[in-house]
Order: sequence, then structure tokens, then C-alpha cells
Amino acid sequence: MSLTTDVSQATPPSRKAGNRLAGSTRTGATIPAPRRRNRQRRERLFQWLFLVPAVIYMALFFGYPVVKNVVMSFQDYTTATFFTGEAPWVGLANYVTVLSSSLFSTSLLNTALFTVGSILGQFVIGLALAIFFQRKFPLNGILRSLLLLPWLLPLIVSSAVWRWILDKDSGALNRFLGDLNIVDTGVPWLTSTSLALIAVVGVNIWIGIPFNLTILYGGLQEIPDELYEAGSLDGATGWKAFRHITWPMLRPVVSVVLVLGVVYTLKVLDIILGLTNGGPANSTQTIATQSYALSFQEFKFGEGAALGNILVIISLVFAVLYLRASRRAVDE
Amino acid sequence: MKSAFSKNRPLALAVTALIGLPVVLSGCGTSAATSTESVSEISVMDYYNNEPDKTFIGDALNACGTKAGVTVKRETVPGKSLISKVLQQSSSKTLPDVLMLDNPDLQQIAATGALAPLAEFNISTADFAPGVLSAGTYKDKVYGLAPTVNTIALFYNKNLLAKAGVTPPATWDELEAAAAKLTSGDQYGLAFNANPTYEGTWQFLPVMWSNGGNEKNIDTEETAQALQLWTDLVKDGSVSSSALNWTQADVKDQFLAGKAAMMVNGPWQIPSLDKQASLQYGVVKIPVREAGQTVVAPLGGEVWTVPQTGNKARQAKAAEVVSCLNSDENQLAMAKVRNTIPSKTTLAAKFAEENPKLATFTELVKTARARTGQLGEEWPAQATKIYTAIQTALTGKASPSEALKQAQGQ
Repeated sequence: MSLTTDVSQATPPSRKAGNRLAGSTRTGATIPAPRRRNRQRRERLFQWLFLVPAVIYMALFFGYPVVKNVVMSFQDYTTATFFTGEAPWVGLANYVTVLSSSLFSTSLLNTALFTVGSILGQFVIGLALAIFFQRKFPLNGILRSLLLLPWLLPLIVSSAVWRWILDKDSGALNRFLGDLNIVDTGVPWLTSTSLALIAVVGVNIWIGIPFNLTILYGGLQEIPDELYEAGSLDGATGWKAFRHITWPMLRPVVSVVLVLGVVYTLKVLDIILGLTNGGPANSTQTIATQSYALSFQEFKFGEGAALGNILVIISLVFAVLYLRASRRAVDE
Repeated sequence: MKSAFSKNRPLALAVTALIGLPVVLSGCGTSAATSTESVSEISVMDYYNNEPDKTFIGDALNACGTKAGVTVKRETVPGKSLISKVLQQSSSKTLPDVLMLDNPDLQQIAATGALAPLAEFNISTADFAPGVLSAGTYKDKVYGLAPTVNTIALFYNKNLLAKAGVTPPATWDELEAAAAKLTSGDQYGLAFNANPTYEGTWQFLPVMWSNGGNEKNIDTEETAQALQLWTDLVKDGSVSSSALNWTQADVKDQFLAGKAAMMVNGPWQIPSLDKQASLQYGVVKIPVREAGQTVVAPLGGEVWTVPQTGNKARQAKAAEVVSCLNSDENQLAMAKVRNTIPSKTTLAAKFAEENPKLATFTELVKTARARTGQLGEEWPAQATKIYTAIQTALTGKASPSEALKQAQGQ
């Protein structure tokens, strides 16, 4: 809307120039048809010009890194490359190395477990809290904003605090469980190969709840009260109301939350690095942490990029699934 | 024509600016420098961003700058971001005139061609301990020199050992017995760090090397015996399994809190240990398997280098500063204030007499080995294998020898 008005306002003074330009190639070009065509062409030009800043921004800050990362994954890109600029082409060698590494299957499985576990926990607790906060009670607003706290803390701070809470010998959680006589020896939350992933997922759930709560709460507010009133006349209250009114009405918001959640969770790095660094014995190693270790600890930038691209492709699959699902919803 | 252009000038300007921006940005990177200019200022980058080291090093740099007739423009970055900063600067050709590197990173950076051999500037390397020189050497050329170095040893809590009637251990058997005896209730006998980072590898190296293990191939009997020791200590509860996730600072905290009677750590912890007046501690070498074996500890410390900036005049001044930092007076002064060991062997002997607290470390540095001494740029990959094997064995996922075999084969 505003684009077209802008252009039409800008047209009258510059029309003269267009005339003069056209006049040089065509004699007596005062008939209306070419002028209109001229005007259309100018309009197009302006439309493109308005797009230019956005296109350049996208190309510079999104296109270039993506292309660079793809190119890098086909190169033997080492520390020396930074100084000499030389990165020999190696074809698919980086992908072969990364995919045939015995660590890849471990990381892939951990990534899947981490993502599914985190999303499930965050979503269920987030939804439960969102429904709870729909009721009107004192301090509702304050409590809800307090729940945003995990979101506001820098991840490095959260992971450092959780690392202390989950410590085996003097951690707060074990002290608490010990005082309740639930456990008698310290539980090695972060140093047992069978518990570490669960602990990391737990912390990530804690961090993800605010996001789920906020978006789902917003979605719930959108559902008109009349529906519930009408439903209650037909006997749909409590669980039935949720099943037949809330859930169907919330579906579009749910799919957004889930897809964004999956994409965010797949690439989680700082929490795992802060809590366990991928240990013990790679039991919390995900594709993201392994890609980080390859690039920035072992300086194998080509292999790190290859693994990073694999992660991007996995994310893309979910993005495409989401787009298809939402398109079908529109078609219906 | 003219009027049309002037009407759209703001837009044209904006487009030009946007297209021009990357050009300008990349242009910033290349500062044209002529080699004949007289140098009045040189840039320095290091990772001593915490006090008191920040001031100690800053003062030494300023004094050396004054001596060389230049002012020093210094930038300190956090340790973790130094290498990425160096890589970024080497691609934009904006490396500082003097660059500090952690010694295991030197070969990696020297291999890129970003550093100048110090022989070009006639900097003397005489009398430096062999381990120190090998840490600063890449392909037979010395690229970096460390004024002072450090290593790790066994700290013990004198009161706790006396109470349990235990003397500081010298062999593995003694260590296991002492650690078991010192473990009771909330208190563990020993603390070390076996986390999945290079730090975990670094703490394991003394037992591995002293027993004849070699980083080139870790699937050997000697290394397996060393890893068996670490595994047994964790398995019998003398060391908390939290060691799998501790940093060296965590280990020090455990020791300070009296929750560990002994710890593997380095002299940089001495200032915080001394702050707690009630703590009486001693330092001995890390035990060996059989009495008579020589302790081979890993060498730590930072080397100073002269990057290839393409400006000979500035490089010459930079070399003067590096040479000055490594002078006898500076080595002794820095060692004293920073609780480190002078790199020159003759100085170290004198230093140990004056600083008995650091005598054990001084002794260890004589035979200490550089992590990159044998493998050079291959070290990071092998160090990863070592900590992977440690973690696999300590979590009980495989026996020590099996864990080492798996890791070596990866």
C-alpha cells in the first residue's frame, strides 16, 4: 500500500526527465500509451530499488555465510588457510570422514534424544502452565513474569549455576534429596554416562519453558470465551473442553511452537558445553557440540562445516514439514 | 537528466553506501605500511586479561618498549578467544607486532606461515631448557620464547596427612594406599581433573609420560598401566567421579575446602592457596610407578612471537621487545611475581634456592616435555583421543587398554 502511494507521489516531478529520455529515441512521443508503459517501467524500477537494501542485507548476512559454509565443507580448510588463503578442494572427503566416524551415530542418537526429550518436556509443562495462568488469581502477572527468568539469564550463567546444583558431592540437588532420605549417596548427575543426558535435557527443559509458556499463553488468549460458554451449555467442561475446543483452536500455535522448538533445540551448544562439554565419554555429545569441537578445538574447519551442514539439512527437513503442514491447513 | 539524478540523490546515495559498505569493511583490514617509516609504536596482543598478571605483564611490556624506544599498544583478550582472534587477524592481515601464544598452539600457528623465525632477528636461545625450546620450535626453527614456564605436581594438605599418619607418596602404590587412607566421609584422598577437554589430557600426561607412554601411539602397555591407575583411584572412591567434569580451578576449590587431601595442580594456584592462612600445604612430584623412574611432566606457559606483518622496521622493534621480555632480569622478576619458573636453566637453579616453595616445580621443569614436541600440529587430534580414552575408562565403558585401543583407532 504505502509503496504504491510513495511511487505515485514521486512520479510527477521526474516524469519530465522520462519524457526527455524517451524523446531522444522516439519523435513526438506524447501519445499516452508509451507514456504509461514508461511509467510502469519506472514503477518497476522503484519497486526493485526498494527491495535492494533487504536483498543486499540478506545476501551479505545470510547468503554469504551459508554459501561459504557449504564451500568450506568441500575444502581442506585449516588454520593455514586463514593466512595463505589456500584451501585445496577435497570433494566429499570431509563428509565421508564425518559420517564414517564412530562418534557420528552416538551424536546423532544423542541429538535425537535431546531434541525429543527437551521438546516434550518444554511443551507439556509450558502448556500446563499456560492453561493454569488463564485463570484469574492474585499475583498472576507477577508469577508469569517471574517464570520468564530462565529466558532472561545468559545461558553461560544458567549452565554454571546448574553445574553447581547438579554436582555429585556438594550439589544442592543431592543435598536436598539426601535430606529427604530419597538417596543415600550422591547421584552423579553429570558424571554418569546413563544420567548425564537426562540431566542436560532437564536443564534445557527448564530453559525452554518460558518460550513455550509465552507463545501458548498468547494462543490461549485468542480463543473466544463464547466458545467455552457455548460448550459448557452442551456439557463440554474440563477435559472435554480442552479436547474439543482448546486443542483444535490452538493447533496453529502449537505447530509454530513445536517447529521453532525443534530448530532451536537441534542447535543447542552453550548449555551442553557449559554443563558437561559433551562428556562423560561422549554421552552428551550432539552433532552441534561435535561440529564445534571439530572446528574450534581441533581446527578441522572443513569437517566442522560438513557436520554443521548436516545439522542444517536436518533442521530444513523440519522447516519443510512445517511449511507443508501449514499449507495444508490453509487449503482445508 | 541532471535534475532527475539530483531528485533521487538520497536513494542513490543509500544504494551506493550499501554496495560500498563491504568494500570499505574489507578495505579496513589492509593497512598499507611502508618499511622505511620510523617506528614509534608497536601493537601487542596477549591473554593475560586478569589481575594480577595483567599488570605484571603490562609493566614488563612497557619497560621493554621504552628500552626499544617505542610505545606499546597492548590488547588483552580472554584466553578462549585468542586463537580465533589470531586466525581472523591473519586472514585480514592485521596481526599485532608482538603476539603471545599458549605454547601448545605455537606450532599450529607457525605452520600457517604467520610467524617469523626468531633467528632472523638474532635473538639468542642459549641456555633455555630443552623442553621450553622444543615448545617454541616448528620444523627446526624457533618461533617463540617463553620467559617463564610452569608444570603440574602433587599438592598435599599437611594437616590432613599428619592426622591420618600418611607421608607424601612417591610411587603409585603409595599414592593409592595414601589416597584410600585419606578418604573418609565428605573427604576424598585425591582430586584431579579428567574432563573431556585438553585440560583432562594435560593432567594425565605426567603419569603417562613418566611410565614411558608416548602420545604418538597411546595403545601401549605403558599408557594402559597409567590409565589403570587413574581408573582404580576413581573406582575405589579415592577420587570423586566428579573429576570427569571438574576443571583445574574446581580441583583447587576442593583442595581449599578440605574435601580433597591431595591434588594434581600447578603453581598458578599458589596465590589462592596462600590466601587461606589455615591451610598448610606441601608440593611433591607426581608419583611414578616404580621408585627410580624419572618424572616427566608436561610443560606449560606462554611464548612470545613476532608475526609476519610485512613491515621489517616494526618487526625489528617487536623482536627487541620479545628479546627484552626474555632477558635474565625479566625472567627472574616475572617468575617471582607470577609463581612460575625461569626458562633458562642457570637462572632456574638460582631461583629455586631463593624460592623454596617452587623448588619442586623448578626440578620438574628440567625434564618437562612440550606437548607438541613430537606431534607438532597433530597434537590437538591426539590430545582429543587421550581425553576420550580417559573418559571411556573412568566411566567404566571399557577397560583402560580397550579404551586406549578404541581411541587410537578412531
